[in-house]
Amino acid sequence: MEWEPVIGLEIHAQLATRSKIFSGSATAYGAPPNTQADLVDLAYPGVLPVLNAEAVRMAVEFGLAINARVARRSVFARKNYFYPDLPKGYQISQYELPIVSGGAVDIVLEDGTTRRIGVTRAHLEEDAGKSLHEGLAGLTAVDLNRAGTPLIEIVSEPHLRSAREAVAYMKKIHTLVRYLGICDGNMQEGSFRCDANVSVRPRGAEKLGTRTETKNLNSFRFVERAINYEVARQIEVLEGGGRVLQETRLFDVDRGETRPMRSKEEANDYRYFPDPDLLPLEIDQPTIDAVAAGLPELPDQKAQRLMSEYGLSAYDAGVLTASAELADYFEVVARDIGGTSPLQHAKLAANMVMGELSGLLNRDGVEIDGSRVSPASLAGLLRRVVDNTLSGKIAKDVLEAMWTEGCEADAIIEARGLRQITDEGAIEAAIDAVLAANPAQLQDYRGGKEKLFGFFIGQVMKATSGKANPGRLNELLRKKLGGG
Amino acid sequence: MGELHLMTVAELSDLLHAGSVSSVELTRAFLARIERHARALNAFISVDAELALAQAAAADERRRAGDAGALLGVPIAHKDIFCTLGQRTTCGSRMLANFISPYDATVVQRLRAAGVVTLGKTNMDEFAMGSSNETSFFGPARNPWDVTRVPGGSSGGSAAAVAARLAPAATGTDTGGSIRQPAALCGVTGIKPTYGRVSRFGMIAFASSLDQGGLLGISAEDAALLLAAMAGFDPRDSTSVELPVPDYAATLEQPLKGLKIGLLREFFAGLDPAIEQLIRTALAVLHTQGAVLREVSLPHLPLSVPTYYVVAPAECSSNLARYDGVRYGYRCQSPRDLVDLYQRSRGEGFGAEVKRRIMIGTYVLSAGYYDAYYLKAQQVRALIASDFERAFHEVDVLIGPSTPTTAFALGAKTEDPVTMYLNDIYTIGANLAGLPAMSLPCGFLEQLPVGLQIIGPHFAEARLLNIAHRYQCETDWHLRVPQGFG
Repeated sequence: MEWEPVIGLEIHAQLATRSKIFSGSATAYGAPPNTQADLVDLAYPGVLPVLNAEAVRMAVEFGLAINARVARRSVFARKNYFYPDLPKGYQISQYELPIVSGGAVDIVLEDGTTRRIGVTRAHLEEDAGKSLHEGLAGLTAVDLNRAGTPLIEIVSEPHLRSAREAVAYMKKIHTLVRYLGICDGNMQEGSFRCDANVSVRPRGAEKLGTRTETKNLNSFRFVERAINYEVARQIEVLEGGGRVLQETRLFDVDRGETRPMRSKEEANDYRYFPDPDLLPLEIDQPTIDAVAAGLPELPDQKAQRLMSEYGLSAYDAGVLTASAELADYFEVVARDIGGTSPLQHAKLAANMVMGELSGLLNRDGVEIDGSRVSPASLAGLLRRVVDNTLSGKIAKDVLEAMWTEGCEADAIIEARGLRQITDEGAIEAAIDAVLAANPAQLQDYRGGKEKLFGFFIGQVMKATSGKANPGRLNELLRKKLGGG
Repeated sequence: MGELHLMTVAELSDLLHAGSVSSVELTRAFLARIERHARALNAFISVDAELALAQAAAADERRRAGDAGALLGVPIAHKDIFCTLGQRTTCGSRMLANFISPYDATVVQRLRAAGVVTLGKTNMDEFAMGSSNETSFFGPARNPWDVTRVPGGSSGGSAAAVAARLAPAATGTDTGGSIRQPAALCGVTGIKPTYGRVSRFGMIAFASSLDQGGLLGISAEDAALLLAAMAGFDPRDSTSVELPVPDYAATLEQPLKGLKIGLLREFFAGLDPAIEQLIRTALAVLHTQGAVLREVSLPHLPLSVPTYYVVAPAECSSNLARYDGVRYGYRCQSPRDLVDLYQRSRGEGFGAEVKRRIMIGTYVLSAGYYDAYYLKAQQVRALIASDFERAFHEVDVLIGPSTPTTAFALGAKTEDPVTMYLNDIYTIGANLAGLPAMSLPCGFLEQLPVGLQIIGPHFAEARLLNIAHRYQCETDWHLRVPQGFG
């Protein structure tokens, strides 16, 4: 039987507010334990929560960015359970009436097709603290710095059909929250993480299979591996005549497998009820309109614009708009190269940014805004390709030198004598020398082995240290061989 | 000045202002009374004489510097549910028996800013759950009119302290009658303001949607002075209301001519005829001043008690989850593991009534029961609130009894919680609807005080205080002092 995976994600994104969602404590990551927890975070007797308006504004931004409904009235509820990192004994969340519902995002699949993934809802809630075990000899310590950090939980429809789609969706949301500036997106620090709901059903079936929920996946790679493992596991269970149990599972990163959480931890009846300490959250239309007016250009809009202004393909536009900073970088390069219109050298700029530059960024693990070559410098390099001073191949070497040495392209070209040879006499001389040195190959070529054309090109390039202008060389060699 | 303790806050304020007495002298006089009657009444859980005298000295200093606030230097007591900086705040529970609060409740802070001196922290039912003060971990406070009887609850210590003139006034909280019922049983004047009028910040939560801070005192005039200082919007309490606080004292004397008083049919049906007689006599006093009486009916009001006993426990089951032995408060000896820590800390730290309500509350919020209990109770609550709203289209205020009986004997109702719960039958409605309400003394039955209840529309505190004051100008029930405490 052929099986179809059905996947939905619950993404938790920490909102980049300066203070917590219900208290005045700071939210900065990495402070010494319990230095960012005030009496409200510690749930002292008599304290009360007060909602952070900035967190609300951020949730509204997100709702507008995914074309969702922003509720005029939403309600905070208490989710009750006991755990040491949950000081009140309940988490304040939104349950029946979330602030955002019914949105969607488009993801582009590898074959270039677009799929629309529904977002059921996004609600505001507070994060819990952390339990610490390391180096405590069997004891558990509690750090409440994170307790009360604002989150939006973004719940997708079960529209995803593979681990790759799930990753593409998660990346899309990641891009979106970073464009909006409402989440730093730092997955290692846990600012952006997800739970994956996975089930399988016979292809063509309507009815959903029993799902499992794999908790707390904090990298794109883990999401992909955990879902693939879970899909394979469920298929194996079903094909073996077994039943998938509805349960919560954890992904073991080291073993690359999911396994059930202890049942004790999931046997909770959360006894949700509206939090009587907080009035229903009312948002009027003028407020929503004001937030809408302040929205930045969003990834899809930016990609459309890059396609129309720079003539880029949908694929290139998609790659370049994965982060606003990358797209900004590209635009500066494309404009700074010069030319008659931004379109003229856009493809050259796009290829260099997506190719060699991204390679260097990845190699050194830096983000685009930490690039050691500024967009103006990169444009300077590409101008030397446009005016035929450099071949594309040598330009790559120059970029690497710029990256390492922190110099401008022209300085490196001069210092290393990399200027491309465009002078016909010089190229002709080099061709003659190569032909004279390889009489046997010349004879074979003339006898019909036309593949040797490439051999001669290579030899000339070698003799000129790669500086011969490839177009000119091609032209002259063909003339010589044809005429000889 | 042997009679200082019999004076109202308004009178003490005048004496302080005239320089006839200092706050230190006054504070010392009340501290002496508290100590003398401590064993008989058990009205206080904590008294910090040194701190009280330091506050009094500071108030005297302020006065010398030209401050002339009406409450400057007046000593009062706080119910031990209000957090007081650096002082023990127990909420009547073993759970918090050694809890030193690191902050002041907004109410405490505001009164302190007005120069009010804190004499001590009064006894109360554990976490304000009780109608007799018998659930206090520190033993019950006793009724000064008959020390074999309960003072009512949960603000029983505050009511007993004011009745015995150990303090001229005391703060209280009212979730289902916890100010009005003890005020009635001890013969003092109590006001529960509109929900949202007084900040709940620093007032240890029992049932957040019902809890409201207020006070107990000798007279409506005193209540007006103190409430004006306590009330007002607090950005730290999202449910407090952003409305200006009127000068309650300024409207106390307004004539009652044309006042429309509603008599609640549901309150008089089945009422003890002797109590009814006293209520009718009080109504006649108001009628003489020009008020008109009309019978009104609130058909859903009889559902108040069952509704309350779903909503309040539901909220309390969640509010009290924070007492887990992890960060502060009672922790059991050598817990084996986390679950043992939770179970024994809570099992040993909470008393029987608190546990009963946590269990009821947990049950009514559970999956499969939520709709049948909690949701249904919220629907009935809305019906009760709209009954009141409709009645206030016809009349200005509603008047009836505060309690079905006078003070009962210690131990008389501890065996059967439902009998105890029914003691709040007349007071709970105002909490469910968030309305302001008062209880004031209107006579005695067999030497025990009886309370008259006035309920008004939202934010009608000024009107309630006005009616109570006009009544107290014509009567002296509120000035009677129990034998042995004069």
